[in-house]
Amino acid sequence: MNPREYFRQMPGRGPVLGSPLTERLHLDAPLLAALLLVILGGLTVLYSAGGASMELVIRQLMRFGVGFTVLFVLAQMPPRSYRFWAPLVYAVGLVLLILVIIAGVEAKGAQRWLALPVVGRFQPAEIMKLAVPAMVAWFFNERDLPPNKTDVLAALGLIFVPAVLIAMQPDLGTAILIAAAGLVVLFMAGLSWRLITLAVVVLLIAAPLMYFFVLHDYQRNRVDTFLNPEHDPRGAGWNIIQSKTAIGSGGITGKGWMDGTQSRLDFLPESSTDFILAVLGEEFGLIGFLLLMSVYLVIVGRGFFISWQAQETFSRLLAAALTMTFFIYVFVNVGMVSGLLPVVGVPLPLVSYGGTSIVTLMASFGMLMSIHTHRRLMH
Amino acid sequence: MRRPLTLKDHHNEQRIFSARLLVSAVLVMALSAGLAGRMMWLQISQHSRFTTLSDENRVQTQAMSPPRGLITDRNGVILAANRPDFTLELIVEQLPDLDATLNSLGKLVRLDPEDIERFRKRLTSPRRPWDPIPLRGRLSEEEIARLTVNQHRLPGVRVSANAIRHYPFGHLFSHVLGYVNRLNAEDLDAMTLAQQSNYAGTHFYGRSGVERYYEHRLHGQVGYRQVETNARGRILRVLEEQPPVPGENLRLSIDLKVQQAAYDALGDRRGAVVAIDPRDGSVLAFVSRPGFDPNLFVTGISHQDYARYREDHDNPLFNRALQGRYPPGSTFKPFLGIAGLDAGVTDWQRTIFDPGYYQLEGDSHRYRDWKRWGHGRVDLHKAIVESCDTYFYDLGFRLGIARMHDFLSGFSLGEATGIDLFNESTGILPSKEWKRAARGRPWFHGDTINSSIGQGFVLTTPLQLATATAILANDGGQVVPTLAADESHPPLRPDIKLKDPENWHRMERAMSDVVYGNHGTGRSMAENAQYDMGAKSGTAQVFSIGQDETYNEDELAERMLDHALLISFAPVEKPAIAVAVLVENGRHGGSTGGPVARQVMDAWLLNEQGKLDVPAPLARGPAPVGPSQ
Repeated sequence: MNPREYFRQMPGRGPVLGSPLTERLHLDAPLLAALLLVILGGLTVLYSAGGASMELVIRQLMRFGVGFTVLFVLAQMPPRSYRFWAPLVYAVGLVLLILVIIAGVEAKGAQRWLALPVVGRFQPAEIMKLAVPAMVAWFFNERDLPPNKTDVLAALGLIFVPAVLIAMQPDLGTAILIAAAGLVVLFMAGLSWRLITLAVVVLLIAAPLMYFFVLHDYQRNRVDTFLNPEHDPRGAGWNIIQSKTAIGSGGITGKGWMDGTQSRLDFLPESSTDFILAVLGEEFGLIGFLLLMSVYLVIVGRGFFISWQAQETFSRLLAAALTMTFFIYVFVNVGMVSGLLPVVGVPLPLVSYGGTSIVTLMASFGMLMSIHTHRRLMH
Repeated sequence: MRRPLTLKDHHNEQRIFSARLLVSAVLVMALSAGLAGRMMWLQISQHSRFTTLSDENRVQTQAMSPPRGLITDRNGVILAANRPDFTLELIVEQLPDLDATLNSLGKLVRLDPEDIERFRKRLTSPRRPWDPIPLRGRLSEEEIARLTVNQHRLPGVRVSANAIRHYPFGHLFSHVLGYVNRLNAEDLDAMTLAQQSNYAGTHFYGRSGVERYYEHRLHGQVGYRQVETNARGRILRVLEEQPPVPGENLRLSIDLKVQQAAYDALGDRRGAVVAIDPRDGSVLAFVSRPGFDPNLFVTGISHQDYARYREDHDNPLFNRALQGRYPPGSTFKPFLGIAGLDAGVTDWQRTIFDPGYYQLEGDSHRYRDWKRWGHGRVDLHKAIVESCDTYFYDLGFRLGIARMHDFLSGFSLGEATGIDLFNESTGILPSKEWKRAARGRPWFHGDTINSSIGQGFVLTTPLQLATATAILANDGGQVVPTLAADESHPPLRPDIKLKDPENWHRMERAMSDVVYGNHGTGRSMAENAQYDMGAKSGTAQVFSIGQDETYNEDELAERMLDHALLISFAPVEKPAIAVAVLVENGRHGGSTGGPVARQVMDAWLLNEQGKLDVPAPLARGPAPVGPSQ
């Protein structure tokens, strides 16, 4: 029996889904289809948000080109190679983060970029979005689960050292997302509910203290603005008021593609990047949002399914963490654009116009596909 | 390397993981439901509210100020026009750095500290975001060119064109037309809500003169348009438009030619000339000198210019014709004569002997005649022609102050003339009641006698003298001086009806002999005249000058000289013009005022060939010019 036959007989997999071509290329057809659906819809919205110019769309397409290449390459690599490389990449990432603090390029009051020869300017934090969950998964792969207290402490160290370094840049949004990615691994590994409860309580107590003693002024302003956007409607509150106005005025069916006045008349800032959801909400209404959300949930569901089917601890934990991180991106972005959460610079995955985040996302989907398509039968 | 596979409890691990995956899935569904709920709240519950907000963002209602009506003279010559003015404006929201921008603008155009101060004041007052704030008006062509060249590096800086008022004749009409200047908060506060909305988008407001009085006609009706704008206030399209109704063009009864003649005849002397057509109340000339340049006031006069006007001893901002109160002197006599005739205390036959003074019985005080040795035997005619004081002392005393006051009020003395200008002074026509109220003193016979020659408490404005003369020339028919050619204002008083109307004509003939008689005080004005005229000269003693003013000795001496006054009308048979002339410190009414009045009457009564050609009374109607631009 050739391996393909085995795959076809695996539980939960219908014969139709495992089409020979995608299997051979180590791609996952349902995930790929959902991704393409989101990307296509996203480009449609982007065309309108960018003022009906093909320029943004073409540049975005080129990024997706790079992204798919990375996805394809990563999908070909077996998960054990990620496991092998995880500590090294994590270590290099840490070194780069330290370098950023010492010799980073400053822009808009934050040192986030590193200018390297050949590679050019990039944010080392992007690497850590993948390296941190991979590293924590690697760590637990070798340990007994559920983890004992020592292991938990060690894992927390692995998570918070890079997170704190990133927070110092300062880039609190990314730091929180990266910490979340690592914590998801911890959660999946079976962190006891007692500890989880304790952590939540500590967080609730720590949050106000953080606000007063740790946050930078600009971060505190964002929280203030979130709590009361009408306080400074022409200044800091402008973004969130305009984005809520855009979404709310869209209604159920929306104003129609290219007919969103809020974005087209420039009332909505960042309409093609972080706030692109407001354009979608304005032009396609609640229906448009629910459609997008459904496809996102299909992707998340498929990710969970992949992690459920994974056979090794490392693959399982990594797949679940990447999937959950993806959902957290969606949640934070939608929450912030609709006024539920403070404004943190998180793009809407696969839809917002923007460079590195697309490549990182596609890389994570490449890893998911690799995990799914490199399973071996174990009896 | 350890072999973890053999050590780990895979079954338990798988079980925990599956449970955690399930918890995660539930969490994802719950959070997604939360997001969906939030979106539903925004897009369904709050939909109408956000639709309104979105429309308010998008759609702005802009007021369009109506073009102000033009003002012309009776022949359609434009006296107040609108012309484009280029203003430098800043949209503060677009400026990267206000101070830096002001700094670099200061190198391109002239910016006074006053401009910046005014700008900062406007900046801090309530305003709509993205509204441009004016920084400097009256940009020169060169300045506009410099701004245009540098526009690319000056975001938020723009040059806008607005219509502003322009007075092509400058000083000539300053005290009639007045001027407009910037509409301010107090102006708006004084308005009703409906008026306020009519001034949305309007920047200018009539401040004085005709501009102020006829503000309601000149302003017009505000227009509105709904425009779709983007976040930076740029208009993308017009959704709806209701154009403004331009202000009415206002035709004045003034004749440029007569006004110019009066202005030129006064020359550099301080004084006033008012000319009225007794047939229809038309104000033909209304001059007060010195005047000012109304154009300086339109966009805000500089401190420097204003200080110059205010500190000028000649007081150019003071409207002598309307508000200057002067003793009428002997110009008072014809009116008093009429009063005496009608009251029966004298007639044309009665004579008195004038020894050069007048004395009350039982009182040693002598009220002197201007002619020390007296006029001898004098009747009313001679008393007018030679301006005999003694005759009028006697006449005034016989008439008494009560009858004098009641009768002369009919000539608008001591009362408003009803001219279509605000703040006219009523002067003083004294009475016992007036003195008790104003001075707290009883009335003395001496007061009556002083009043009889237009001195004492009697004060009149040049406008009142012209109006009184017009009423006299009109045989007692009321004349309401009216500047607007198409308005006719009801008289404020009944016509003066004499028991013997013939007395009008005899008084007019006596005034004619002032000009033509051998002993007339106005002989100098009659040379080579094409028509008959009547006149009465007067000199008014200057009893005090402003205490807060400082003069050097020469100046002081000059300022203590008598004021020269003269009233006249022509042609005597069918008067078509009545003129009052005042020359401050001009000394002799006849010789100083006469030629001035003559030039004014010539300008009105003669045609271009210098022949008598009395213009027809005004056909009252709208201005004969096209709609204003």
